Amino acid sequence: MIEQRAVTTEPGTQRALLSVRDLKVAFPSEAGRVDAVRGVSFDLHRGKTLGIVGESGSGKSVTSMAVMGLLPEYASVTGEILLDGKNLLDLDDRRMSKVRGQQIGMIFQDPLSSLTPIFSIGAQIVESLQIHQDISSAAAWKRAVELLDLVGIPNPDRRAKGFPHEFSGGMRQRAVIAMAIANDPDLIIADEPTTALDVTVQAQILEVLKTAQRETGAAVIMITHDLGVVAGSADDVMVMYAGRPVEHAGVDELFAQPRMPYTIGLMGAIPRLDDRDRDALTPVPGTPPLLVDLPDACPFAARCPAVEDACRAAEPPLLTIGGAGTGAAHSAACRRAEEIEDGAIAGKPIFPVPAAREDRVADVPREERPKVLELSGVTKTFPLTKGGLLKRKVGTVFAVNGIDLDIREGETLGLVGESGCGKTTTLLEIMGLKPPEQGSIAVCGQDTAGLKRKQDIRAVRRDMQMVFQDPMGALDPRMTVFDILAEPLRAAGERDKKVLGTKVAELMELVGLDPEHRDRFPSAFSGGQRQRIGIARALSTKPRLLVLDEPVSALDVSVQAGVINLLNDLKAELGLSYLFVAHDLSVVCHISDRVAVMYLGRIVEIGDTDAVFDNPRHPYTQALLSAIPLPDPVAERTRERVLLAGDLPSPTDETPGCRFVSRCPLHTTLSDPQKERCRGVTPLLTDRGDPDHRDACHFAGTTTSVDN
Amino acid sequence: MPGAGTAPEEAPEIAEVLEPGATGGKRLSPTKLYVRRFARNRPALGGMILFVLLVLFSLFGRYLTHWNYEEADFTALSVAPGVGGHILGTNSAGNDVYAQLVHGLGRSLIIAVAVSLMTTAIAGLFGTTAAYFGGKVERAMLGFVHFLLILPSFLIIALVGTHYRGEWKILVVVLTLFGWMLTARVIWSLATSLREREYVMAARFMGVGAFRTIVRHLVPNIGSLLIVTFTLGVASTVQSETALSFIGFGVKQPDVSLGSMLADGQNTLSTAPWLFYMPAALVVLLTVAMALIGDGLRDALDPTSQSGGRA
Repeated sequence: MIEQRAVTTEPGTQRALLSVRDLKVAFPSEAGRVDAVRGVSFDLHRGKTLGIVGESGSGKSVTSMAVMGLLPEYASVTGEILLDGKNLLDLDDRRMSKVRGQQIGMIFQDPLSSLTPIFSIGAQIVESLQIHQDISSAAAWKRAVELLDLVGIPNPDRRAKGFPHEFSGGMRQRAVIAMAIANDPDLIIADEPTTALDVTVQAQILEVLKTAQRETGAAVIMITHDLGVVAGSADDVMVMYAGRPVEHAGVDELFAQPRMPYTIGLMGAIPRLDDRDRDALTPVPGTPPLLVDLPDACPFAARCPAVEDACRAAEPPLLTIGGAGTGAAHSAACRRAEEIEDGAIAGKPIFPVPAAREDRVADVPREERPKVLELSGVTKTFPLTKGGLLKRKVGTVFAVNGIDLDIREGETLGLVGESGCGKTTTLLEIMGLKPPEQGSIAVCGQDTAGLKRKQDIRAVRRDMQMVFQDPMGALDPRMTVFDILAEPLRAAGERDKKVLGTKVAELMELVGLDPEHRDRFPSAFSGGQRQRIGIARALSTKPRLLVLDEPVSALDVSVQAGVINLLNDLKAELGLSYLFVAHDLSVVCHISDRVAVMYLGRIVEIGDTDAVFDNPRHPYTQALLSAIPLPDPVAERTRERVLLAGDLPSPTDETPGCRFVSRCPLHTTLSDPQKERCRGVTPLLTDRGDPDHRDACHFAGTTTSVDN
Repeated sequence: MPGAGTAPEEAPEIAEVLEPGATGGKRLSPTKLYVRRFARNRPALGGMILFVLLVLFSLFGRYLTHWNYEEADFTALSVAPGVGGHILGTNSAGNDVYAQLVHGLGRSLIIAVAVSLMTTAIAGLFGTTAAYFGGKVERAMLGFVHFLLILPSFLIIALVGTHYRGEWKILVVVLTLFGWMLTARVIWSLATSLREREYVMAARFMGVGAFRTIVRHLVPNIGSLLIVTFTLGVASTVQSETALSFIGFGVKQPDVSLGSMLADGQNTLSTAPWLFYMPAALVVLLTVAMALIGDGLRDALDPTSQSGGRA
């Protein structure tokens, strides 16, 4: 095992491990010089974790790339990056390569692309060991196996010979962490290490990172957009905006007393599991500025509700404002930082909560509202084939395995689950409007099995529209906004240019876009605006049901809040129903009336949002809920997590029994006959007294509910 | 080509981005926008002007001489340029080279542009259609392409060409019929990735018809490939026509094309070099013009293009 090092003592008593002073990075571009990082300074001590938070384009990744010396030649980098007293900016690439890997370990976002597909995992770790150390191949291999064991890969002996494609996403990220700590680095830089992973796996990886840090005594720079991840893992937090740190403080201090309006805005914009009573989120209006020729003014001034004339006169420096408690001194780059107390100036909140619209259909009881979508026993299988020329079927993948759900008018059903659980397949089955392999789908009372004629299908299509995940991919880059929005209308037979013009203008206003912009191409819009275009397109046929496939997961937090509010408003105004598919439970809990949790092609728990989130009954739901990082450092430290072991198994076999058995924390506590029952009998959705809240677990009643 | 040459032209584009009101209340059609972007690209504009000049030359060049391309001047066989009233001299049969060039350029232009346009159109539609439908339709269509690919097309073209004694319209048809398969195959492989795109799925879920989806979403998004194919197609058709004419299966006397002139001229390269270099120069000019236009069009139509900027 790796020799355990004592984590160093109090910061301040010793020289910082990493000390960055006035780091500036600029790139040339067609539009002019882009100042990506404009003066970043921080100190990082051994054994400590610095979280850098910011939206895309805030310069957080560029800062870390500068520390690693991985910026392209044409970038101009000035300032000082002292690692152990050595200025990294003075080193040439050859000497910098020695530092990278040996003193600095790196963990990137995408674990698939940071591993070479043609070498085994073990060989890749051995390579990184032998580059930096004079060590025999046999010893290096032994060390590689030890490292894999350390990061929690089962059977490391055997798995070290495996190739990256044989590993799941979480396992790959563990292997990447093993490589990063192979040479016992002083500094680990993790750039969005869990963004590409599922929540339950994210929780595991964050734990592994903590283990790695403990074993090596390294300092960690954790770059993320997720305030929850920061709250749980960082000691100090630096919030970046437009290439500059705008607030820097110890984690408790920052979350308890944010002083910069941007930080306050970010915190107000995240939907939170622990605060579900809020009616609307508080979006931060506008978009971050382009980092070209920035004027000498506060870059946040255009989006800040607390802006004063003086804010536009000069850019405020990052000033220390007291800052008691642990961690770094609290500093913020805001002229009015002293006035801000508890997210408010003189008692008035900086970001007022927008009023939620009155829900018209909410008064009618659920049972009396018509069903807009009904699925019963829907199954979708894919054949598993082998052989090149003559494909023979060797098995069946049950992507969706007997799903029952219904959505009534004016209701939002959130469908959650990890990747690979069959959410998207379910959506495609619904949108395909074909009779499923087994079971039936009915849209607005029309059974899809009865849809034979083209006109019938077209009529149903008008009632049900879809909003896609990727706001860029869902819009044809070669069509203007006008053409994009007019397309469904044209498909429905509308030809009159004047009518199209007015309808498009109406739609754009409805989703909060300026109708003047109808001649622009999608690339001229920001992510949030593009998603609004996607929503407008879906609304153009006046549907009754919108199917939303992860509509906000590709958006920044401050923008995401605006889109979620828009969806809520539209629902209230137009009486829409949503089928909202997401992996982010906090978003789902904010927008949904009802929730269905999916695991391996089956629904394991379904019910009213409050019922499911307050009293989760299925052990999987409990694990999901406890895996979500909360943007509250105190709650993060104290709460108990149900950590799931392993990854999602492949849904190939159709043997009876609960599919969650291999990862179930409850299963291990049961007696032998009870275990038999889990393995032998497929649990069905059953209600326990409450007909609206059903779960598929034999022994759900015996669990103790876990605080989320 | 995001080089130094385009950098100064970026400035007005930024202004367009920053001033949303600049377009006014009127709808600016994409076509207008493409034209504007194309005109901003100087080399492309140069190529366009060159191409227009070549077309004008082929149409009206004959009014600058009193000789007809079929007419033989037996008093001046194989004379150098400028002798006996022949601006660019004559060939060994006494035909005026200038008159032949004008006619040959026109003939080659028609053949090359027509063949290239048709092969590109067929290949584009065929490839995207196969990709859009997928499954059995795709397999059948690809099988057909593969079957055509293994046929000895050059031989068939030569045989058919001989049968019709160098009739250029037949040549166009035959060259088209056997020229589109490889492009179709490439376009198909590109379009298979497009069919998984969300906007194609969105169109499907909105109830947009198959043909409309193919024409509106798939074809425009492989537009840059189609344009490059078209441009290169013009150049390569001139070459195939030259090759056919050279071995005697292409355009035949008394009709002339640049290809047949090249074939004739190369026999007398040392004694009468003007017979080779004149048509060769025109072929080069034509190819360069097409390449420049293709480049400019690709940039103008590409929404993510650097030099095209944003609308």
